[in-house]
Amino acid sequence: MGFWKKPASETQITHADRLWLYVVALVIMLLMVIPTVIVVPMSFSDSQYLEFPPSNWSLRWYDEYFGSAKWMRCTITSLHIGVLTMIVATPLGTMAAYALYVSGHPAARAIFVFLITPMIVPVILIAIGTFYVFGRLGLNNTIGGLVLAHTSLATPLVMIIITAALRTYDLNQERVARSLGASRLKAFFLITLPQIRFSILTAALLAFLTSFDEVIISIFISGGVNATLTKQMFSALRDYIDPTIAAISTIMVLISTALLLTTQFIEARQVKK
Amino acid sequence: MENYQRMIEYKSYARVYLITFEVSILTTLVCILIGYPLAYFLAQLPQRIAGIFMLTVLLPFWTSLLVRTYAWLVLLQKKGLLNEFAMQIGLWETPVKLVHNMTGTLIGMAHIMLPFLVLPLYGAMRRIEPELMHAAANLGAKPVQAFWKVFFPMSLPGMVAGSLIVFVLCLGFYVTPAVLGGGRVVMVATQITAILENQFNWGAASALGVVLLIATLFILYLAGRMLKLDNVLFGRN
Repeated sequence: MGFWKKPASETQITHADRLWLYVVALVIMLLMVIPTVIVVPMSFSDSQYLEFPPSNWSLRWYDEYFGSAKWMRCTITSLHIGVLTMIVATPLGTMAAYALYVSGHPAARAIFVFLITPMIVPVILIAIGTFYVFGRLGLNNTIGGLVLAHTSLATPLVMIIITAALRTYDLNQERVARSLGASRLKAFFLITLPQIRFSILTAALLAFLTSFDEVIISIFISGGVNATLTKQMFSALRDYIDPTIAAISTIMVLISTALLLTTQFIEARQVKK
Repeated sequence: MENYQRMIEYKSYARVYLITFEVSILTTLVCILIGYPLAYFLAQLPQRIAGIFMLTVLLPFWTSLLVRTYAWLVLLQKKGLLNEFAMQIGLWETPVKLVHNMTGTLIGMAHIMLPFLVLPLYGAMRRIEPELMHAAANLGAKPVQAFWKVFFPMSLPGMVAGSLIVFVLCLGFYVTPAVLGGGRVVMVATQITAILENQFNWGAASALGVVLLIATLFILYLAGRMLKLDNVLFGRN
């Protein structure tokens, strides 16, 4: 075949000589995806035990999940907290990113780094710190407390996405609007906001996912009727392996795939513009 | 001070840190070894096709860590898919213990950390201008030589940035070692939780935490001196 004998590019070795690279890359990509999708067939198994491929198919683990008051309650708690975190973190992070980006103040960089520390510091430390402080404030095991803690994790993410968006956007447009008489606020809402709206949407989805998938803080500060889905899953995983988790995992994979494809779609539209 | 003293005296605490560093270093190395070829492969493709293949890195990245840890538990167990497959093609005869030990922990951690390395590295590789490779070729460099002398050094900042992110994230990791390690791979985060759960000893847990925090900040400080911190986080050079 001609393809294999040709160099990969003018400055590279032939395709045949670097066949190993293609094989390695494909194997790695397969290994990345398999553990993400393997839970789907598992969840339709009829067996108590984890076997693959399942010998009999059934929906019993979905029945188990949707029929269990405990699982349903913590799913609703997680959705609730995720949505609230998204609603709080998205405007907060957007405002912080915008302010720090346009200010040009010498301290802006330091403040930025300070605000994104929750992303850098090991989450376990945030978890025990929060647990301790919330214990004093009586916020442990409350929805409000969980939203607060998750917001501190999601806000830096929003800030980073919005800052990246602002970097590709020409702020002069806003200056023009202001020179034409628009107030600063009006200029932001009419000129800047519409142009970064796709990034804001991406940031909001990620903020939701950050909260929805968060495990460690939830293990510490959620409990009782306000236990999150991840906390429940973690204890089910550590103590004994309940196949119901395969069904829940499948649903979670579906959610994240849908959100990921939404952002990819948004990005494609943005590029086209 | 008492808590720190005990930390120094207790051999078990030193062991916890040793294991933590061992797991973190090994995971980072595995990520570099498999992440570099993957990023290189992706960076050579036309942007559109690379974007589609990139989904294989992004999908796990967006999927709950618990789900992926659970999946590895299923894949790696004695009667799991991997053991069955390896026995079928004759790699080994009897089921090998792949989970509830160091091996399982490393596999799971590498899978979770790989995107953190590939994304910045891919970005760095994309920014290397093809003209530079042409120039190297014009000056008489063979393809392999041009790669090692021009391309590889220029991709290093991206690789260092990604590796540092991976290493720092590994240091404080909790879920995967706790589940896939099966109690045999006790890392700092696991130990902190255990102390709080069993003894409710805030002093000891905090002392362990402070050391972890200092280690993390020290590495980030080094990273900040080598590369600009916000650029590390944005995956830019």
